[in-house]
Formats: sequence, C-alpha cells, structure tokens
Amino acid sequence: MLVLLTLHLVAAIAAPLLVRWWGPRACYPLALAPAAAFGWALARTPDVAHGGALAETYPWIPKLGLDLAFRMTTLSWLMTLLVGGVGTLVLIYSARYLPSGAVGTAQYAGVMVGFAGAMLGLVLADDLLLLYVCWELTTVLSYLLIGHSTERRSARWAAAQALIVTTLGGLAMLVGFIMLGHHAGTYRWSELAERPLPGGTYLVVAVLLILLGALSKSALLPFTSWLPVAMAAPTPVSAYLHAAAMVKAGIYLLGLLAPVLAVVGPWRPVVLVAGLATMVLGGWSALRQTDLKLLLAYGTVSQLGLLAVAVGVGTADAALAGLAMLAAHALFKSALFLVVGVIDHGAGTRDLRKLSGLGRDAPVLAGVAVLAAASMAGVPPLLGFVGKEAVFAAFTDRPLVLAVLVVGTVLTVAYSLRFLWGAFGNRPGAAPTRLRRIPPAMLLPPAGLAVVGLVAGSAAGTVDHLLRPYAEILGSVHAHLALWSGLTPALGLSALALAGGAVLFALRGPLAPLLVRLRAPVTGLQGYEWITHRFDRLAVDVTSITQRGSLPQYLGLILIVLAAVPGGVLLVIRPWQHSIPLWVTPVQPVVLLVITLAAVLAVGARRRLTAMLLVGMTGYGTAMLFVLHGAPDLALTQFLVETVTIAVFVLVLRRLPERFSVRPLWSSRWIRRAIGVTVGLTVAGLAVAAASARRARSISEDFPQFAVERGFGRNVVNVTLVDIRAWDTLGELAVLVVAATGVASLVFQRSRTGPRPRRLEADRGEAVAGRPVWLRGGATLHERNRSLVLEVVTRLIFHTAVLFSFYLVFSGHNAPGGGFAGGLVASLALIMRYLAGGRYELAEAAPVSAGTVLGAGLALAVGGAVVSLLVSGAALESAKLNFRLPLVGDFYLVTSLFFDVGVYLVVIGLALDVLRSLGAEVDRHIEAAGGPEGGLAVERQGGPR
Amino acid sequence: MSGTGANLMSFIAIGVLVGCGVSLLLERSLSRVLLGVILIGNGVNLLIIFGARPGGAPVAGVTERGAMSDPLPQAMVLTAIVITFGFTAFLLAISYRSWYLTGDDEVPDDIEDQRIVRRAARKEVSAVDLGGEPPELDPEQLDAPAPGQRGEGPG
Repeated sequence: MLVLLTLHLVAAIAAPLLVRWWGPRACYPLALAPAAAFGWALARTPDVAHGGALAETYPWIPKLGLDLAFRMTTLSWLMTLLVGGVGTLVLIYSARYLPSGAVGTAQYAGVMVGFAGAMLGLVLADDLLLLYVCWELTTVLSYLLIGHSTERRSARWAAAQALIVTTLGGLAMLVGFIMLGHHAGTYRWSELAERPLPGGTYLVVAVLLILLGALSKSALLPFTSWLPVAMAAPTPVSAYLHAAAMVKAGIYLLGLLAPVLAVVGPWRPVVLVAGLATMVLGGWSALRQTDLKLLLAYGTVSQLGLLAVAVGVGTADAALAGLAMLAAHALFKSALFLVVGVIDHGAGTRDLRKLSGLGRDAPVLAGVAVLAAASMAGVPPLLGFVGKEAVFAAFTDRPLVLAVLVVGTVLTVAYSLRFLWGAFGNRPGAAPTRLRRIPPAMLLPPAGLAVVGLVAGSAAGTVDHLLRPYAEILGSVHAHLALWSGLTPALGLSALALAGGAVLFALRGPLAPLLVRLRAPVTGLQGYEWITHRFDRLAVDVTSITQRGSLPQYLGLILIVLAAVPGGVLLVIRPWQHSIPLWVTPVQPVVLLVITLAAVLAVGARRRLTAMLLVGMTGYGTAMLFVLHGAPDLALTQFLVETVTIAVFVLVLRRLPERFSVRPLWSSRWIRRAIGVTVGLTVAGLAVAAASARRARSISEDFPQFAVERGFGRNVVNVTLVDIRAWDTLGELAVLVVAATGVASLVFQRSRTGPRPRRLEADRGEAVAGRPVWLRGGATLHERNRSLVLEVVTRLIFHTAVLFSFYLVFSGHNAPGGGFAGGLVASLALIMRYLAGGRYELAEAAPVSAGTVLGAGLALAVGGAVVSLLVSGAALESAKLNFRLPLVGDFYLVTSLFFDVGVYLVVIGLALDVLRSLGAEVDRHIEAAGGPEGGLAVERQGGPR
Repeated sequence: MSGTGANLMSFIAIGVLVGCGVSLLLERSLSRVLLGVILIGNGVNLLIIFGARPGGAPVAGVTERGAMSDPLPQAMVLTAIVITFGFTAFLLAISYRSWYLTGDDEVPDDIEDQRIVRRAARKEVSAVDLGGEPPELDPEQLDAPAPGQRGEGPG
C-alpha cells in the first residue's frame, strides 16, 4: 500500500514537468496512479471478500510510537475502489476539460493526483493519527483545488471557507482521537476497537469531538454551507471531491467507528438528527436552484444526510444498505457532475433558464444523465434503487426516522427530475442551445460511471456478497441486497417516493412562491459570515489596543515588564544580603569611574560625534574590565570591535546632521530616564543574583582538558569557538553574512556586484608625476581631502597589519587571537587604506567583491564541517595532521584552522561590505548630490535645510 | 586575581551601562537607539562574564587548570561582541537610509498601526477581511470555457 502512495507522490511531483511537455494531455499518464490503486484493490478482492483484512506496517517515528500502519477491510476496499476508479476517470476527463495553455494546469494536475494519494492514505490508514494526517492533507489540497481560479474572489472565498470549516472539525476530531488513543494506549484502530472503552463524560466528549470532524467534513448540518459555496471549483474537482471522495471521508469515518462507538450515548441522536435534517433541508434547497451545479451540490448535501443516517446508525442491516448507497451515490453523483461539466464547457452556461433543446442536440449525453439521475431517484434496476430500498427495509423498526427518509426521498426524486428537465428539456422562451462536439474523453467517464451503476444494480446479489463482511461486524445480517425482495413495505415506500416526487415536480409552478419563502431563517453561510466578521472585528480591536505604532512605547512596555517581574522577584529573594567586596583590584574603581562618566555624558550629549566617542570610551572601559577578569581574548576583540565601530560610525556621521534633533517634551525625557534607572537597578540586581547563583559544577570545568586532548589547542576560548561549541559559531557566521548583505542592500541603489571602481584615474596621476606614489588611489582624491601623513603611515603599516592578522589566526589556537581578532585587524587595515586613499584605494587593496569573501568564508566553515562529517562521522570534529617540511622540520596542523580561516574571511567580508556601502557608495551619493548635505529628501526640496 | 569576581564595582558598571543604554534606547533618533544598543550590549556582556569564575587567562600551559577563568562565558561573549558589531553596522545603514529618504533618522509611528487604530474607532474591519461577495451573488460563477468559446455561446 505504501508503494501505491509513493506512486501518487511521484506522479504529483512529476505532474508539472509532464504538463510542460504535453499540456493538459499529461493527465492521461497521471491517471495511471489512481488506476493502479483501483486495479490493486480489485485484485485483492478475494482477500477481503470473506471478512479478511490486509495489513501492512512500516515504522515511521519509532520514538513516538507512530507507524505507517495500513489495513484494508471491506469498508476501505470499497472506498479504495471509488477513490481510485473515480479519480482515474476524472483525470481522463480533465485532459480535455482543461483549456490548453492555461496558467494553473500544472498545479491542478499535480494537486489532483496528490489529493487522490491523500484520500487513498485516509481510507487505508489503520493508525488514527495517520488517518488524521491524511485527513488534513485532503483539506489543504482541496483548498488549492477549490481556489483553482485564483483570480476570482468567489473562488478564494469558497476555498477559505471550506478550509476553515473542515480544519476546525479536523482539529476537534484530533482531540477526540487523542482522548481515545491515550486511554487505550494505542492509536491503531484495529487494536483500539478490541480494548475496553473509557467511561462516562470522557467518552462522551471524545465521541462528540470526533463527530464534529465527521459532520464538518461531510457537510452535514450545521456545517452544510461550505459545500454549495465550494462549487466555485472546476467541475471535475467537484465531481471528485464533492461527490466521490472528500465529502465521503466523514461518512467513511462514521462507518469505521460506528461498530464500536455507535452504542455511546450521544452518537445515535447526533448522527440521526443531523443526517435527517440535512437530507430534508438539502433536498428542499435543491428544488430552488437554477444553477445545475448548485442543484447537484444541494442534492449531494441531501444524500450525505441519508448516508450518515444509514452508515452511522450502527445496525447491521442499515450498514449493508448504507454501503450500497455509498457506492451508488459516488457513481451517479460524479457522473452527473461530469455531465454538467460537459454542458458548461460546451454551451458556456449551466443556468437551466438559458438551456434549451439539449436533449435533442446531445442524445447520448442525455442518455447518460437519465441513467445516472434515475439511479439517484431510486428507479429499478439501478444500484440507487437497490440501496434505497435496503435503507427503507433497515429502518422499518424506527417509523419516525423512516417517515423522514421517505420525505427526503420524495424531494430527491423531485430534484432529479428537475435536473433532467433543466438540463435537457425544451424551454419555449429560450433560444435553442448549441453545444460543441463532445470529445470522447469527456463523454466516456460519465457514461462509464452511469453504466457501472446499472450493472451493479442488476448484479445486486454479487454486491450483497462483497459488502456483507462489513455489516457482519455489527451482528447478524437479515437483509439482502436484491432487485426483487418480494412485496415488502419497503417496495411500497419506494413506489410511493417515486410517485410523490413526480407529483412534487409536476406542481413546481404553483409551489414556486413557497419554495422561495420557505427557507431556513439563518443560513449556514450567514452564520459563517457573522462569525468570521466578529473575529475580524476582534482582531482589529485587539490590535488597536496593543499596537499603537510607537517604537518607544513598545520598548518601554517590554522594559517595564522586565523591571517589574524579575525585579519584583529580586526584591523578594534579596540576593545582596551576603557581603560583597568593594573591589578586587584598585584599578577597578578607576575604570568604573571612566565608564560611568562616559555613559552618563553620552545620554546627555547633543552632538552625534561626541555621543559616539563617549560610548566608545565605555567600550574600552569594558575591555579593561575583561582584562582584569582574566579574559584576554575578549579584551582583544572588544578593543578591535570598538575601534572598527567608531570608524564606521564616523563614515555615516559625514552625512547625518551634526546634532540630534531636540525633543520638545521634557516630561517624556524624564519618563525615559526613570525607566532607564529602574531597569539599570534591576539588571544590576540580576547580576548580583547571577554571580551567587551557581550551585552545580560547571560543564566548562572540563573544557581545558578537552581543548588540549581533543581540540589539540591550548587557548581554551578559541578551541571552544572552533571545536567544542563550533555549531554556535557557524550560526553566528550566518548571521554576520545576513547583516552584511542587509547593510549593502540598504545603501546600494544598484547591484553591488557590478564592476568596482579601478585605477583609471589613478594611472593618470602616476604617469604624469613620474615620482613614487605612496598610495595610488590617493591621487584620485581632491587635494583638499588628502593627508600625506596618513598616506605614508598607511603605506608603511598596511602590510604589517595584514601579516599580523595572519599571525593572530594561526597562533589563535594556542595563544590569544583567532579568526575574529585576525579578521578585525585585517578590517582595520582596510579601513586605513580607505580613509587615506578613498574608494579607488579600497578597490586596489581588496580587488574582490565582498560577497565573494563572505561566501568563501561561509563555504570554508561549512565545507570543513561536511568533510569532518564524511571522514569521522561527526560534524566539526578536529583532527591533528603531522607534516614534515624541509628546512622547517616537523609541525602539525589542526583541521579546525580551516574553520577559523572561514571566520576570518567572514569578518573581513562584513567589514568590506560595510566599507563599500557606508564608505564608497555613500561617497558616490555625496558626489551625485554635489555636497555632503544632500540626501534624496534635500534633493527633492531643492536646497539644504 | 583570585577570589570571587563578584564585587560592587562590577555591579555598578553593569547597572550604569544598562540604565544609560535603556534611556537612549527609548529615544526616537535611530543614532541614539543604536548607541543605546551598544551600551546595553556592553552591560550585558559584563553581566555574563561576572557571573562566572575569574582567574588567569584560560590558556593551558600559561595558567594552572584550577586558576583559570571560566572559558565558556568568554566564548559566548566573544560571539556576542562580534554580533553586536554586525547589528551596529546594520542599524547604521538603516539610519543612513532613513536620513537619505526623509531628511532625519527619527523613527516615526507606524502608519499601518495608526490606520488600524482609526479603523477600530470607526468599528470597521480591514478591506481584505471582507473577502468579496459570496459565490451565489457572483455573476462569474461559471467554469471558464476553453478560449474563444464563450463568444460563440448563446449568452
């Protein structure tokens, strides 16, 4: 069975390709997938014909006890035949139905085959959770199919409604499944059915939740409204989903569970009331429709009500009748939908007021429709008659139910006649409809379905024999499916229904006002609209209260919560009770003083540059505290980052106004400071708590040993970064790449991968002067912007700095340093070149694109991980390689060096991207604007502000 | 450099950095927000570091194993420092772009949010939530016929 599902999956994936090659004709080969399911089920008939079952189990998620457990019994055998057979015919039909060259064909074909697969999984699943997964798969795929015409609002609306209603029911059903499965300790239905049921309210709640799923999927009251609306789908979709497959899933579930759960208190009342009400109301509404497809949709609703009653009531006779009816309905309703599709496709309308004379024009089509509609009305010798009479016979002991069933059947007969009259009758006022020639691929599928209904009806004895094993689960079966069971009350009722329906149809003229007036006071559609509208209103109200749109407000709220909740806890536990030393070394108070002064002044600073420099000072102070704490790597990195940050900030400051704009509200300023003080105190308190919170032994106690023995390095922090916790570093590299790309995309108005400015103008300066040049790019700068001292210094130290950065990378494994520090030093060297020589000089210093450097770095780091995975079976595992080189002697290389080089490259790439964007590209903006004050806003206003 | 790392000076430094950072963070000027982020970053880095054992540099062979400072928070903070740099560069770019487009780098109130507030006051829902007419009222509730066919039909 897994093979069949895989076949569907492969077909669905291949569908877009096939459609590209062959257009809609690709549906022919795709039809092989459901055809295989049909053929397989047919071949396996002997296995299930005598009450046997076919089971297959594959482990899926063993840790959760989830298996792909499949099981085919009579019920699922019948469903497989229907799903596979109708699916095949509908796909063949679609090959001609779909216009060639339309946009959505590939998606349609793929989703349709995928849907057939999901439906197959649903009916074959033995595990209730697997059943649920397939159930929701059909829901999602039906969403795509109903909304096939994405450009039509009605289609989107209908798709969303079907999705929301059936998903809601599906979720309720899942809870019910879990309640049952949790109690029984298994989700396998074949095992669960054997175990004792839970008792009392628990079971009642579980059953009600499951029924909610079944009712919503099969469009029974009160969930009816989504099905007529879903007629926005293309007609083959309706023929498959809304006649044969998806809506039958709810009936299938009732049939699967009824043998065990029908005895539970609320099951029968709910199923009978919902089913009977749906049958009558659906039939009544169908009589009102002028759109043939909607007429069939309401007819389907009505028939689903009948099926729910017969299959769900849980008695042996009714079950046998219900299964026959299930098959009959799938056959005749799909056929009728396909007939409507032919009319719609060929005549351009399916409004019965506009159609006229089709019976004469297309006699074969009319014959097919008559055959199918007669089965729907229950005319002998068709399968519909056999099923319906058996249903009547099964309910003779429940006169009230029987009476309602007869009323519903009268309505069914009436709307069957209305359908035939509407589609094929002559209307005196209307012009005769011209129908295009019907391609055989569109005529044969409905004809085939209708003929099967005739054959199966004639061979009622065989059908009885095949379906009986299911009914026998429920007890001894007295009824027989037969064309002639003698002069029984059921036969009389069948005749009565046919006659009543004919009378009702004949009276359609006088009844018309009543049909219009007598309708449910509140339709399901209105209910759905009301509920969704209330939800939208609620969403708007909640959003308007919580999302006022002000960033400071949001941040302030978050920070107040931080101060209130953890701060409140701090006030209770008072971590500062034990004595805290004032300082450890006398340098600390000095550093603290510097940090405090700088931070407080930065808050009050009016000029951007001042504020930045003061913040930089706190950064250097922090680095000093790192040194005092015994963290040389950190201190080194912090010093370098702080320097690079200041340099980059200054690049942007060239353009931003010198001073911050003045905030007029003094009150809000004091609120901000109050929040600042409170949060500062809270975090300081948290620090006190954190410092005294360690109770357990730290995992890092063993890091030094790991670093030396397994990471082959002595600098524990560096080995932690490139080996012990290398996954974190890998993630960080990805973040840096994203940040760099973000910076570039915010500043560049054109692609940053284009040609970089090279030395065109620089060459000229060199040639004319003939003297040694310190920096070639420097010649491109305006005389006023050049600094000879800076150029000379840069020239002198650039190579040294780059060499030093190499040293930091290579020695970082054993001494302070590493990829981050090395990359930052190299970045500083590049910044020097840029500051001294301008953007041409930057391109001279690094004639590669920043993206290449970033990509190479990330590829090196990831590549190292992959190689290590292939070699040692674990990603990012270090190995020590020993070498011997002439002159140098013995030395070793640790493979994590490659990872560190990746880090180094990513950091350089980030700096390069920042320099190219906030440096060189901003230069270009300045030149384009004619001065440092001009931005786009200034250009538009026509002058400096 | 032994004993506990927890001392009053370090806690004051953390509190001052975070407090000043927060009051800058709540400003509307993006440059100030950015400076606030940097200050808070420094404060929180200190918090993580001071939560762990101090000692000598965690380099085997230089410091005895027992006397080493805790290397794990150092590795975490080292990554944090570099991430902060990436974040700083990104915010600077946003700040520059904001200035380039509007002439200043202030964060305005979100227009979409204000629109929702107005809508709530008028008791409306968003236009996209209305979803369009139900299919029964849709004049085009028809399957699309093959191209060139609708014109030939009688309707």
